[in-house]
Amino acid sequence: MNKMWAFFLITIAILSTCGCGTGENNDNVVIVYNWGEYIDPDMLEQFEEETGIRVIYDEFETNETMYPKVEAGAAEYDVICPSDYMISKMIQNDLLMELDFDHIPNAKSNIGTQYWQQSEGFDPGNKYSVPYCWGTVGILYNRTMVDEPVTSWAQLWDEKYRDEILMQDSVRDAFMVAEKLYGYSMNTLDAQELLTVKNALIEQKPLVQAYVIDQVRDKMIGNEAAIGVIYSGEAIYTQYENSNLEYVIPAEGTNVWIDSWVILKNAPHQENAEKFIDFMCRGDVALKNFEYITYSTPNDAAKSLIEDEEIKNSPIAFPDLSQYDNLETYTYLGEEGDTLYNELWKEIKSY
Amino acid sequence: MNSKKNILAAPYAVWSAVFIVIPLCMILYYGLTDKTGAFTLENIAAIASVGHARALWRSILLSVISTIICFLLAYPLAMILAEKKGRAGGFIILLFILPMWMNFLLRTLAWQTLLEKTGVINGILSFFGLPSLRIINTSYAIVLGMVYNFLPFMVLPLYNALSKIDENVINAAKDLGANKIQTFFHVILPLSVPGIISGITMVFVPALTTFVISTLLGGSKVLLIGNVIEQEFTQASNWHLGSGLSIVLMIFIIINMIVTALFEKAEN
Repeated sequence: MNKMWAFFLITIAILSTCGCGTGENNDNVVIVYNWGEYIDPDMLEQFEEETGIRVIYDEFETNETMYPKVEAGAAEYDVICPSDYMISKMIQNDLLMELDFDHIPNAKSNIGTQYWQQSEGFDPGNKYSVPYCWGTVGILYNRTMVDEPVTSWAQLWDEKYRDEILMQDSVRDAFMVAEKLYGYSMNTLDAQELLTVKNALIEQKPLVQAYVIDQVRDKMIGNEAAIGVIYSGEAIYTQYENSNLEYVIPAEGTNVWIDSWVILKNAPHQENAEKFIDFMCRGDVALKNFEYITYSTPNDAAKSLIEDEEIKNSPIAFPDLSQYDNLETYTYLGEEGDTLYNELWKEIKSY
Repeated sequence: MNSKKNILAAPYAVWSAVFIVIPLCMILYYGLTDKTGAFTLENIAAIASVGHARALWRSILLSVISTIICFLLAYPLAMILAEKKGRAGGFIILLFILPMWMNFLLRTLAWQTLLEKTGVINGILSFFGLPSLRIINTSYAIVLGMVYNFLPFMVLPLYNALSKIDENVINAAKDLGANKIQTFFHVILPLSVPGIISGITMVFVPALTTFVISTLLGGSKVLLIGNVIEQEFTQASNWHLGSGLSIVLMIFIIINMIVTALFEKAEN
């Protein structure tokens, strides 16, 4: 580990001598690490104008790519927006700071109680995280190419959609689909169950057009594929762009996830980070973000500000979760569990 | 005289120490240790696991195919270029180098747009009532991407070698009664071996290690060893395994270099 640190120190030393030339005030900033296209850029500007704190903004594509960067300390960040199971992993590895909610008053007053309760699953006592967005994972299909009602994950194994299926290129989401298909838990570590899941995904592979992440959106909008696995928030956006697209939560159940703001334990600008989270929890700001990224907001104040009744009652944006069975949230599988899933995923991908 | 030369080499020595030697040592260190820092060969032996071995085999296969195709395409072209000295030759070379002014990623992304099911090529094909082209997200598309991206690396060394061949040697062969085919196999080809060797290395090595082309044109369905290593670092955060597999890959590159060097020796 020492060698790694030496290398980073050298790199940081080189970078910092290059970076200081900008002449910016380095103290009054907040460094944010968020999902790609997961915020209204105007809100970052508004935050800068209102507080005078400059935002340094960086993006990641999956929880898995975010974690090594943060863990290694390769880059400095203050505020991050990971998902549920990743937050639990970060808490266990002592990477997160306990939040002082006196400095984030908007969080407790605006975020709905049910989301705090849901967060207890990965953040017991709600000490480390503030919910930012939530949603489900489901099937998006094109009505002009699929002429039967889509109700089940099993339809992603249907031979007639060969080369028309898009799967998620991330371990947990890909496994979740097959695990739910067989009625297993999406957090299973049972060897026999995982073997079945692996074989199912291998069997599905020839039918799959591509394993993608953010590109599901563009490919579905562009009629490149007929049926794909997608996050609910993306689904609303794709429907704006292509009215033939339909989103369903399959009957076998799915993943209900929350992405939450957290502050790193070694964050260099903790006060600014708290101000940033507080700002993001303001009703008007959360509304602007919701309108821009179309991911469901846990912010009750924002929800009550939505004027469009259709959106307010949208079953995609704000589904009534009580009518679905077998909804689950990912939990951290532990180091061995992670390795096991990764090994199986590699076997599937290389098949 | 000698000390002056040493001083001039200092910038490069620093450069190679910081960006080549130290990273290489780190890869060796990580590749030969486990999470606790104890010595292990497990990360290297991991190449034998099903997923890794398959990915490595596929990488070797695709990069060999790409190298052969590149060679077959590049050799005639380089011969034409070498004959057309002057303006016309310069223009063709410019045409060849021109795409390299654009970013490699953008050019590969452009192929994605061209090859997609609803992409440009299929649009044109269906306009003329022709059957559609279905190669995106397959190994074929990856080979296409490799050939397209690495062809200039084959053409330029071949062109260099061929244009250096003394006209008089070829004329002498003709005077001695050799026909065109004999001249080619007994004079031109042997004399261009250094160009062939560097061309093969410059195509084979990047093709063997690529992970971008397979992700963009293979739809993440075709896993190459480069993808496995990349994912160990960026997603699984297992630097030890990633480094171990990198060492295996380096061994394969060294084997390639030894084979080509032996071949060169035999030719001489």
